[in-house]
Amino acid sequence: MLCWATDDKAPLMHAEVSVTDRASLQRGAHLFVNYCMGCHSAKYVRYERLVKDLGIPREVLLSNLVFDPAHKVSSTMSIAMSQADGKRYFSTAPPDLSLAARAHGPDWIYSFLHSFYASPSRPTGADNLVFPGTAMPHVLWQLQGIQRPVYRTEQRQDGSELRVLDRLEMAVPGSLSADEYSRTILDVVNFLVYLSEPVRLQRERVGIWVILYLLVLAVIVWFLKKEYWRDVH
Amino acid sequence: MRVRQFLGDALGWVDRRFPLSRLWHEHLAGYYAPKNFNFWYFFGSLALLMLVIQLLTGIWLTMNYKPSAEGAFASVEYIMRDVEWGWLVRYIHSTGASAFFVVIYLHMYRALLYGSYKHPRELLWLFGMCLYMLLMAEAFLGYLLPWGQMSYWGAQVIVNLFSAVPIIGDQLAIWVRGDYTISDVTLNRFFSLHVIAVPLLLVVMSVLHVMALHEVGSNNPDGIEIKKRKNAMGVPEDGIPFHPYYTVKDIFGAVVFFIIFFAVVFFAPTFGGLFLEPANFVPADPLKTPEHIAPVWYFTPFYSILRAVPGKFVGAVLMGGSVMMFFLLPWLDRSPVRSIRYRGWMFKLALALFTVSFLMLGWIGLQPASTTITMLARFFAVVYFLFFVLMPFYTRWDPVRPEPERVR
Repeated sequence: MLCWATDDKAPLMHAEVSVTDRASLQRGAHLFVNYCMGCHSAKYVRYERLVKDLGIPREVLLSNLVFDPAHKVSSTMSIAMSQADGKRYFSTAPPDLSLAARAHGPDWIYSFLHSFYASPSRPTGADNLVFPGTAMPHVLWQLQGIQRPVYRTEQRQDGSELRVLDRLEMAVPGSLSADEYSRTILDVVNFLVYLSEPVRLQRERVGIWVILYLLVLAVIVWFLKKEYWRDVH
Repeated sequence: MRVRQFLGDALGWVDRRFPLSRLWHEHLAGYYAPKNFNFWYFFGSLALLMLVIQLLTGIWLTMNYKPSAEGAFASVEYIMRDVEWGWLVRYIHSTGASAFFVVIYLHMYRALLYGSYKHPRELLWLFGMCLYMLLMAEAFLGYLLPWGQMSYWGAQVIVNLFSAVPIIGDQLAIWVRGDYTISDVTLNRFFSLHVIAVPLLLVVMSVLHVMALHEVGSNNPDGIEIKKRKNAMGVPEDGIPFHPYYTVKDIFGAVVFFIIFFAVVFFAPTFGGLFLEPANFVPADPLKTPEHIAPVWYFTPFYSILRAVPGKFVGAVLMGGSVMMFFLLPWLDRSPVRSIRYRGWMFKLALALFTVSFLMLGWIGLQPASTTITMLARFFAVVYFLFFVLMPFYTRWDPVRPEPERVR
């Protein structure tokens, strides 16, 4: 299990991201609109992209992923909660997640969503190992369960004692097993990676042809150069 | 045949009114370049290619970019997501900035290797250095435009350097920003300078650079003058017309360069956070300073020198000085030979140490500050400056070998 002291930075877990895994992206989209979009927008993304890129039919999208009756397929994934309200409710407005994966990296988000633990002193009742003092409550507690911190005592060099966070242990199990939860989080992270750069798949697809074309061109141009340079000694 | 005749007549018509054929002859078909150009001689034409690419992609980006603190970040995402092929244009431009510097650094290094800045090419070198300064200004101004956290705080740090100037510093910094902090006003003036003023100067200066080159003629890896040996026709015996010989060769160079360039554009556009930094995917927030502010890689050697010095003003002066040193090269170098091929061990050693310290300073500039990092930066900064300061001595004492009569 997780095992680190809070005085140094928590090491990150590795998220095995695969943006070609369409089923995972679809599950991620489903989780995202249900669990994240209450507070977090993805305001640079249009729902339409999910139709095109993730192969979600329009009707399915409208009935399952678009909750705001004012939203159309061409709408951006914005939310009703204003920045000002967000700041009032949470002390800091929940950030837009369109680019979260590019700003923090998938591993960070993956670890963050694994590392909530019960902390009664916090206003939300939860704290996080990766982002201590986060304003975000543990939204997925029903899935993961509630983790409890286990402390150990360490001797400082001057002889005084220091209580450090040793690891997290499951206090109240959630509806998913640890493995299932990790897979669920991976779907969310996968979706966020896709969201941060929807063009990525197209970019790599086009790129292969561009490079192939240039390789052929390079050969032709090399022979052209050779032909011209025959008389230079 | 009639088409040919018509084209010939048309050319004659133009030539009587504008020196088209003469320009073609003087700068391409009748410009004799040494026949022994090697790998290092690709980077001049590649720099021109990069300039054109940046100008064209810049024009298209400007069509959808909004230069305001309110709309800049969102408009970049709009270009990345909603504008048809906008992502490609943007990635070419952002990768292009880094590629331009790679090309320019290699182009300048070529001059160091083969003494291309030496007499009679001093002015050519100075024009080139002006181009390099303009390019740095252009890159710095452009980096603010996406209005991400790193854009904002990078600009904040650099513009704050003006406030280190004694007496007038604070007023100067406000004058540069147009505000008390980096703001919408700053963004607008940076935009104006980035899309009009500096590109215009870059183009003009490039023309002057090429004109100066064609006046004195190209240097070559042997560092000898091909103009000294001309045949009966008055043509240098070791020269070949730039067109078609070097045009076809440079086209090959450009295609190979494109393979690498587009591999980055399509498969690693952020280049592991080196070309597009992760923190720049967070919108600028004047109230939240990022943990670690680092400039883009091409500025880091100079940034390291800035950071290595305790006083801000002295640091800024030394940072400026580290760039300015290059301007003095033609007069610091007292060697009778140009090319590294005929120089002695002293210059070779000095250049090797300089190369290592430049690369190390570049790497150091990317690391978060620590005691070890600062000590390393100081050490390599000293080596960096010694390369220039001691140059008049080691180049004079250097045991050089005789130059050949003809190029090899």
